[in-house]
Amino acid sequence: MIRIVLPTHLRTLAGIDGEVQLEVRGQVTQRSVLDALEAAYPVLRGTIRDHVTHRRRAFLRFFACDEDLSLEAPDAPLPELVVTGAQPFVVVAALAGG
Amino acid sequence: MSRVRVLVGTRKGAFVFTADGKRDDWKVSGPHFAGWAIYHLKGSPADPSRIYASQTSGWFGQVVQRSDDGGETWQPVGNRFVYDGTPGTHQWYDGTQHPWEFARVWHLEPSPSDPDTVYAGVEDAALFRSNDGGRTWSELSGLRTHTSGPSWQPGAGGMCLHTILIDPANPDRIFVAISAAGAFRSDDGGSSWRPINRGLGSASIPSQEAEVGHCVHRIAMHPSRPDVLFMQKHWDVMRTDDAGESWHEISGDLPSDFGFPIDVHAHEPDTVYVIPIKSDTEHYPPDARLRVYRSRTGGGNWEAMTEGLPQRDCYVNVLRDSMAVDSLDPCGIYFGTTGGQVYASRDEGRTWSAIVRDLPSVLSVEVQTLP
Repeated sequence: MIRIVLPTHLRTLAGIDGEVQLEVRGQVTQRSVLDALEAAYPVLRGTIRDHVTHRRRAFLRFFACDEDLSLEAPDAPLPELVVTGAQPFVVVAALAGG
Repeated sequence: MSRVRVLVGTRKGAFVFTADGKRDDWKVSGPHFAGWAIYHLKGSPADPSRIYASQTSGWFGQVVQRSDDGGETWQPVGNRFVYDGTPGTHQWYDGTQHPWEFARVWHLEPSPSDPDTVYAGVEDAALFRSNDGGRTWSELSGLRTHTSGPSWQPGAGGMCLHTILIDPANPDRIFVAISAAGAFRSDDGGSSWRPINRGLGSASIPSQEAEVGHCVHRIAMHPSRPDVLFMQKHWDVMRTDDAGESWHEISGDLPSDFGFPIDVHAHEPDTVYVIPIKSDTEHYPPDARLRVYRSRTGGGNWEAMTEGLPQRDCYVNVLRDSMAVDSLDPCGIYFGTTGGQVYASRDEGRTWSAIVRDLPSVLSVEVQTLP
């Protein structure tokens, strides 16, 4: 089971309380995790990555195991601790405000 | 007794105010979608319980929300706004060409006759339509692909399509306005378009009489007289009597002809309201006095409406989609400020009072008059 942590606004939008836990078939990558997330919560389509290009939105980043994975290839395997569920895949919104 | 519902979009959520026809005791609901910028909400004339809302964020992109119960509950609908074909480029601030990129929905205009049909004006400028209650969106790409498209350029707020007016007698006739391209008209339901900017005379562009490049801030129409349009331009208040074929200036004796919103009295097609702003570099009222100006002559002669509005030390702005009228008698006028006040007049602008004073910065105000 893959664990996903989303920013507050996306949890509210999707009606999610706490972490998301999802089965991901095949290799666990950014793409397969986000595909599974969007299949389970269609309202999140377009909010994390572009509808067409699937590029990550500019003010979001992806973290896991204390590493910034945002610039990794979408099809690169995620760390084993994410695959086993020991660590979550974290979507982080850029901090802003005063 | 009739009721009024005021729909307010702010930088940090949506608010819904309701009152009976006396309009003196308001119930405030919200914030809905707290923390998100709500650029616009508007109810369907064909089914007032149906309301569409544009919820947007620099982080998370665009969401469109729909209510089927007058704003009590909401559901997200479709947010896939994809330009037809290869979008191409438009002019950027520095004169270079820049790819067309969807940013947000500025304005939602429900069809006068069908609750499931709604138009969306977006940044970068384009017009989309949904025929299924907002679930799916298709571009009316004849507008963006007009031959003048590559020369359109953004205003300071982005290259936004912010005004959509549908002729109530002829739904094939649609007017839109884009900052800073100008006004456009379709006579075939949105398939093809042509600029209607003759006479605008914008001093800030190289050719004052250019076909496009005019920074139109807002256009208003009275439903009984759809060939007459009133425009608040970047500078100048303008009027056309022939559906945009030609425009003439009606700024007259206004203290400043810069501003953003403009609207028309519900029962008097020649009574027009504007809120003058000092200048494009100082976005606050002239002399720090918040004044609504009313013309009862279709422009040219204006009178200041000040009773109940701050007449000293006022430095708020009123954005282009932030004024609306109800259709009660006497007509009610409403506007919201960047300081978070929403003012209402239940006597055609003569006196004003604040429904609320401390909202987030107001982006839009719409009014529904309910049976």
